[in-house]
Amino acid sequence: MKASSQKKEPAALSEFDVRRIREDFPILKEKVHGKPLVYFDNGATSQKPRAVIDAVARYYRAENSNIHRGVHRLSEQATAAYEGARGKVRQFINARADQEIIFVRGTTEAINLVAQSYGRTFLKGGDEIIISAMEHHSNIVPWQILCEQVGAKLRVAPINHDGEIVLEEYSRLLSDKTKFVSITHVSNALGTIVPVKEIIALAHARGVPVLIDGAQAVQHLKVDVQELGCDFYAFSGHKMFAPTGVGVLYGRAELLDKMPPYQGGGDMISLVTFEKTHYNVLPYKFEAGTPHISGGIGLGAAIDYLSALDWRQVSAHERRLLEYATDVLSDIDGLRIIGTAKQKAGVLSFVFDHVHAHDVGTILDQEGVAVRAGHHCAMPVMQRFGVPATTRASFALYNTLEEVDVLVRALGRVLKVFG
Amino acid sequence: MAELDDLYQEVILDHNKSPRNFRAMAGANRKAEGYNPLCGDQVTVFALVEEGVIRDISFQGSGCAISKASASLMTAELKGKPESAAQALFENVHKMLTGEPGAEQASEKVGKLRILSGVCKFPARVKCASLAWHTVSAALKGEAQPATTE
Repeated sequence: MKASSQKKEPAALSEFDVRRIREDFPILKEKVHGKPLVYFDNGATSQKPRAVIDAVARYYRAENSNIHRGVHRLSEQATAAYEGARGKVRQFINARADQEIIFVRGTTEAINLVAQSYGRTFLKGGDEIIISAMEHHSNIVPWQILCEQVGAKLRVAPINHDGEIVLEEYSRLLSDKTKFVSITHVSNALGTIVPVKEIIALAHARGVPVLIDGAQAVQHLKVDVQELGCDFYAFSGHKMFAPTGVGVLYGRAELLDKMPPYQGGGDMISLVTFEKTHYNVLPYKFEAGTPHISGGIGLGAAIDYLSALDWRQVSAHERRLLEYATDVLSDIDGLRIIGTAKQKAGVLSFVFDHVHAHDVGTILDQEGVAVRAGHHCAMPVMQRFGVPATTRASFALYNTLEEVDVLVRALGRVLKVFG
Repeated sequence: MAELDDLYQEVILDHNKSPRNFRAMAGANRKAEGYNPLCGDQVTVFALVEEGVIRDISFQGSGCAISKASASLMTAELKGKPESAAQALFENVHKMLTGEPGAEQASEKVGKLRILSGVCKFPARVKCASLAWHTVSAALKGEAQPATTE
């Protein structure tokens, strides 16, 4: 193993003051089994800055009321805060208009919405949908359900041994039968950054719409939906420092307008009689029922927090973390990194020849290190690499090189237990 | 670290490294597959039951040290026992693993499997240890659906 980070990277963090960032996240002061928490499970969910926690608490303390219907003061305030968050999301991903931002529960619901509303309306028997071999189950199963419903066929673009999509193979799958493409932006199990711009361009050359699963991307990369040219972009709030239970579906207004509602209920209608119901305008057509108001407000606060940071510095810091971790973990005997793409973000998955990921996870936990151990809801990825499970360390902007050293020492303990 | 040592005892590490009865069984008349949907652990249990007695029992699959050792210890314990004893043993093992009331008394009725009693301090690992038991239970009942820990 290599020497500690201080020796290897003197003043590595001079540009980006990670100590100050850490002060913003109260949970990072917690201890686990008497040891300082080292939180490397950011791919599952990120921690929340005080600004988000306070925004949610303030809403419940001082503004709580239902939105879009009250004539009273509190309802007006809550509506303004919730719709304000929609505007922040639009800016954050550079959508053209607020009406293209649909609030949903998370990435999973966003993909299901598109599969059911767009897919059931515009796909039929014999049509094909292309996904990749490194999708999360959330970007596999909704399409399988759709395929069963309409008789369409799922085609899977293969990945190479580094965990990269093979663009030539993907283009070969595109044909006149292809009616939809749904691909991840960053792989949750491997960390691969997918060249989605090229993937979208190739699909658009055939007039095929594309959904990008951005659940693991928005917290690491600057996303501009107009620059990418995607038709739909889905992501979750809780992986980007906002509360659980709120997420976003971006859709091009032209497509959203043609799609029927996903669920029926309040807020999504403009006029209801027993003979006929008129649906509300975008985005409300897709937002049935009282939404996760505090979640939306929390998401707005998370975007404010992120927007105040220098993304160039954040990316440099995250890149350094990943490079350093890759470097020191590669030196550990018997450890193999799964996912070695040239372009990666935030995720380091690995296996030991003779120790299962669960045992690694339990021993690391005893050292205060939180990682994910398992198949990461990406069982086909595990099958592709011939492993039952991996241990995944996933990083966020508040992690430090010293924490990587703690991980390395904890892995030393794993090897001691398992000889 | 006392708890970690309770979990990864020598006997468990030994069963993980050299699992007993770790093979497919051609002549088995009971067989079931088990999955832990949370982690993807998978086990297949084979048994040869004659006149209500488990003459032979074996397993195959992939999983962590706890699930492998638990399956290995289970096969060693059940071989030669009547089918009815297997169910009673399962109930006691389950009680011991989950640490529910009566766990202490239950752990005294499970023979060598008592070595797994440390698992109850690791709630996330209880399903690892119980997967093989859910599976053998399904095999003996002749259930067609794969067993799960859910």
